[in-house]
Amino acid sequence: MSVATASERSGAGRSPDLPPPATTTGAIGWLRENLFSSPLNTALTLAALYLIYLVVPPVVDWALLSANFQSGTSNKDCVGDGACWTMIRARFGQFIYFRYPVEERWRVDATFLLLFGAIVWLLIERTPGKLHMALFLFVVFPPLAVWLLFGGLGLATVETALWGGLMLTLVLGTVGIVFSLPIGIVLALGRRSDMPAVRLLSMVFIEFVRAVPLITVLFMASVMLPLFLPEGMSFDKLLRAMIGIAFFGAAYMAEVVRGGLQAMGRGQYEAAMALGLNYWKMTALVILPQALRIVIPGIVNTFIGLFKDTSLVLIIGLFDLLNVSLLATRDADWAGLGSEAYAFVALVFFAFCFSMSRYSLYLERKLPSGRRK
Amino acid sequence: MVNQTAPAAGAADEVIIRMEGVHKWYGQFHVLKDINLTVRKGERIVVCGPSGSGKSTLIRCINRLEEHQRGRIFVHEVELTSDLKHIEHIRSEVGMVFQQFNLFPHLTVLENLTLAPIWVRKMPRAEAEKLARQYLERVRIPEQADKYPGQLSGGQQQRVAIARSLCMNPMAMLFDEPTSALDPEMIKEVLDVMIELARSGMTMLVVTHEMGFARTVANRVIFMDQGEIIEEAEPETFFNNPKSDRTKLFLSQILHH
Ligand SMILES: Nc1ncnc2c1ncn2[C@@H]1O[C@H](COP(=O)(O)OP(=O)(O)O)[C@@H](O)[C@H]1O
Ligand SMILES: [Mg+2]
Repeated sequence: MSVATASERSGAGRSPDLPPPATTTGAIGWLRENLFSSPLNTALTLAALYLIYLVVPPVVDWALLSANFQSGTSNKDCVGDGACWTMIRARFGQFIYFRYPVEERWRVDATFLLLFGAIVWLLIERTPGKLHMALFLFVVFPPLAVWLLFGGLGLATVETALWGGLMLTLVLGTVGIVFSLPIGIVLALGRRSDMPAVRLLSMVFIEFVRAVPLITVLFMASVMLPLFLPEGMSFDKLLRAMIGIAFFGAAYMAEVVRGGLQAMGRGQYEAAMALGLNYWKMTALVILPQALRIVIPGIVNTFIGLFKDTSLVLIIGLFDLLNVSLLATRDADWAGLGSEAYAFVALVFFAFCFSMSRYSLYLERKLPSGRRK
Repeated sequence: MVNQTAPAAGAADEVIIRMEGVHKWYGQFHVLKDINLTVRKGERIVVCGPSGSGKSTLIRCINRLEEHQRGRIFVHEVELTSDLKHIEHIRSEVGMVFQQFNLFPHLTVLENLTLAPIWVRKMPRAEAEKLARQYLERVRIPEQADKYPGQLSGGQQQRVAIARSLCMNPMAMLFDEPTSALDPEMIKEVLDVMIELARSGMTMLVVTHEMGFARTVANRVIFMDQGEIIEEAEPETFFNNPKSDRTKLFLSQILHH
């Protein structure tokens, strides 16, 4: 009823809408307003254009126009001053799979096709069966992936020592991302718990892990963890690295999530309790959905940092994408091609991290308008 | 005086809320002093008093949003102790409406209403939605079901909050200054819903300064000051013939306001 009167009011007796003057719209208007609005702005615009002129043409020339894309077997096949992508072509299998046996590589492809398929399915709006897909991703997929990648039950076993390259980077990154968020949430809740023991444990863990570099955590996971295990029992180096990365990420994630929890007003807790929701239901249905939304940028930021930090596994003798490219630069056949190797690795990392960052922006914009009050 | 006021509804004697010698402190600060209060089924009780006198604390003790330190509180013969199961049960049976609405901003209006029936009462979703739409009808905003709280006016939000509590089919409703955060033109739409609720026989304990509302629907008015219940009377007596000087002073301030 009150709605009806509001719309009547806005409809009646207004002046007609006029179009804005032409000089403030369109390309010219935009240029004038943003790039040449004052002498200083004009000078900055010209300086920026000059910088772009200095940097972009040589890079484009090196990477594309004068570059070698043909196949070959050593740096003798490269001609001219441009980039020699021939090396990437020749060692592409190494970059992606490292020493994973060639005839088994389809298993890696299958695993990541499934993973990306499921993720894209979940991230795109309006795909049906999201719940089933989430169940698949979090319940069915992990053991399936272990089976596909590691083998057993009819598949040839591929020791983790043979894993490497982009494949290892993705395995570490995915495990780190998938486990750091839930563990981080539990730690953040623990840090705000009513139970002193839980609070203390969470706090000590978070503060300790955050106070040491990831390299140290990896060292500890690789060297010290076995010391705590019973005699004779040892477990995989890669598994230890995964655990180290997941808990390292979790400590940072806990602080990000705690920031979101702190931004929640008391009223939300009280309203949920007054309806009879218990602690877990209140947390899962009312508090976390809001708190996590508030800190999406921080969460994605932590994901990106963690993804890039996986390169540090070099220190315990694992070969992720970056470390495999280091190997390439030391190969006598391809001497002097460091720039190409690094450029390729940078491009791959950029593609993954930039996608994460764009998706995070999209998520933020998509929030219901009610949230933004 | 109090006892001869017959409650409107039939089952006259059933006690819903009973507070016996309740005391509460915030640190050293004695915020509730020897509170004795009985609310029977179908009664509508208005609590008023100066700001800081402990009105909110009193009603928040009833669903254990605040803990009392002495005395006993019973809700439908279940005593409020630190037993979490009892607390959660009582909370699911007693609705509460807050000054700041406290709707869940990440859920639509309909989802706000169905959350507790589905997760606390284990009601099937379809049934919960049907119920929710009935209550939205009753608070006169059925067309807003799919909007988010942030898209509604204050008065509409408060009516959604009332409907959210009603969806749990509570045996009593607590209101903590439900119209104080509203712009003047929206107060009436909320009060109208509350008056209708009172007429339907709901047991209500309402903290408010809306004296018109108190006159219209209250069986009893309670005046609190500095943590004590100073005066308790039916509205006629309370407004025309207050006994204590503090009540007179308060009434003169609030009615000339
Ligand atoms: N959590 C708290 N800690 C300490 N003091 C409080 C707290 N909540 C309320 N108080 C104090 O208790 C008194 C009563 O508060 P309240 O019950 O909100 O009063 P009212 O609702 O009548 O305005 C006030 O003086 C207030 O400052
Ligand atoms: Mg109050």
